[in-house]
Amino acid sequence: MGEAIAFYTISAFILGFAVLVVTARDTVHSILFLVADFLFVAALYVLLHAEFLAVIQLLVYAGGIVVLYLFVVMLVNLKRPAEDYKDPRRRSALGFGLAAAILAELAAIGAWSYTTPPHVVAESASTAMPFTGNTEQVGWLLYTSYLIPFEIASMLLLVAMIGAIILAKREL
Amino acid sequence: MVLSAALFIIGVIGVMVRRNIIIIFMSIELILNAVNINLVAYSYQMHHVVGQVFAIFVIAVAAAEAAVGLGIILAFYRNKETVNIDEMNLMRW
Amino acid sequence: MIDSFVFPLLKILIVLNATLVGVTYMVLLERKVIAWAQSRLGPMRVGPYGILQPIADAVKLMLKEDITPTRADKWVFTLAPIISMVPALIIYAVIPFGDHVQLFGRSVSLYITDINVGLLYVVSVASVGVYGIILAGYASNSKFPLLASLRASAQLISYEVAVTLTLVSVILMSGTLSMVGIVRAQESSHMWYAFVQPLAFVIFFIGGLAETNRAPFDLPEAEQELTGGFHTEYSGMRFALFFLAEYANMIVVSSVATTLFLGGWLPPFPNIGFLSFLHFIPGWIWFLFKSFVFLYIFIWVRATLPRYRYDQLMRLGWKVLIPLAIVNLVVTAIIKVALS
Repeated sequence: MGEAIAFYTISAFILGFAVLVVTARDTVHSILFLVADFLFVAALYVLLHAEFLAVIQLLVYAGGIVVLYLFVVMLVNLKRPAEDYKDPRRRSALGFGLAAAILAELAAIGAWSYTTPPHVVAESASTAMPFTGNTEQVGWLLYTSYLIPFEIASMLLLVAMIGAIILAKREL
Repeated sequence: MVLSAALFIIGVIGVMVRRNIIIIFMSIELILNAVNINLVAYSYQMHHVVGQVFAIFVIAVAAAEAAVGLGIILAFYRNKETVNIDEMNLMRW
Repeated sequence: MIDSFVFPLLKILIVLNATLVGVTYMVLLERKVIAWAQSRLGPMRVGPYGILQPIADAVKLMLKEDITPTRADKWVFTLAPIISMVPALIIYAVIPFGDHVQLFGRSVSLYITDINVGLLYVVSVASVGVYGIILAGYASNSKFPLLASLRASAQLISYEVAVTLTLVSVILMSGTLSMVGIVRAQESSHMWYAFVQPLAFVIFFIGGLAETNRAPFDLPEAEQELTGGFHTEYSGMRFALFFLAEYANMIVVSSVATTLFLGGWLPPFPNIGFLSFLHFIPGWIWFLFKSFVFLYIFIWVRATLPRYRYDQLMRLGWKVLIPLAIVNLVVTAIIKVALS
């Protein structure tokens, strides 16, 4: 019962802050609402017994990526809000219409294929892993079954790092 | 699941409607977070950790994409002095 | 019922109050120690030997006029010191002050909570603390604080990487992420990690100096640089909050270093027989003593070393500390695999 209350309050906050992110006039306010959003998503992960992921979300997303966004906003240093210049060929209604279409599509997929998810994978999981903590479980999977994606992800991060450095240099 | 669908929709609206490119990027992060919430919710229901492993990869990819994307924005801003996406039409320089 | 609500609440209250009092007295301690290092006496007028000086400082700062610059973003301007202070206080939720004690017939643990990803929680909360500085510079709506805050936050995020790498080698040694688990691992291996991993210890300490904007890395807030750094436009209580946040960060870094490298609440020399009277001193007194040693070294370093220039600072962080931390990690991993 307490869990349900916690879940609904956290979800309400997440959605509220998301709406504020999208509709705020000032970019820095938008970024702050995004940070608050990430905090509540991390709280949701803790509620769902994914503590390692919650802390990683805080560390990488809220502590790294959003700091990067703030830096870029400071460096770009807007003098006039960008919404003043409205391209007459652009209609906002099209954007809303497209979003409504995606919502309808998601609802259709959800209603069409909703069955209770099977518990088939539970036994193989608990017998294969010698550890019980959440971090240990994630680490075990990451290093045994999903080692190749792990290595590829590290290569991707290396490439992105080099790319970002080169893109942001003043002279090549 | 309803939560992640709602978050996804809000992110999509943000991407379509706003004109400031940085806010568009942030809406993309919202979309990725919605996907993560979905993954973690299913991982909780099926009592298997693979959803969280995939969510970690999604976070790593989002970090890489944010870094490169912001680098592109910076490089663009140095040349054109704007972050309004309607003015960023290089095809008609 | 009582166990799950009243005791943690009591612990939180005690820890918060102790931290805030400790932080205000850190101000006095710093002035006194720097004065003694410079052959003078420091504050002596207020109270006997200047003990009531922090109270005078607090009253003065509260009575000062609260100026907000015009056209500054009011919400963000007020929020920035709060964002600076809150992470420093939250980290106390996972720091273990000691083992269990017997109170009111129950066994009460001397830490507020022990989450199994405690060390990662510390690192992530520390990385959220960067926001306060960036937002302070931005909200002041003037050139100098903005540039200074960008510099300061670049320094902070650079040294975060080096510190996190050294923490990973500690995790490799102890095999667990929870803070209490790390202290227990040091207890069972009878060797504090400062002696097993001296390089990690030194890198963590230097990184801690840089993370808390302390000398010799205190370029962002030095008075001679950029007219006072990111808190130029702050006055009165908000300025006080920034300073208290810095001292609270200092105490937190000392506590974390004590837990990870100096064995938390464990008394030294557990093997030598005739020194076993040291075991009668309770664990939390050992913890406070070791943290105090760290704090003293912080102040000592400030009184002794000159300030780093900004490019020297960044060069040190990226080109020296990070490779050293990676080498330390690789060597630790190799030795651990070779010995098992």
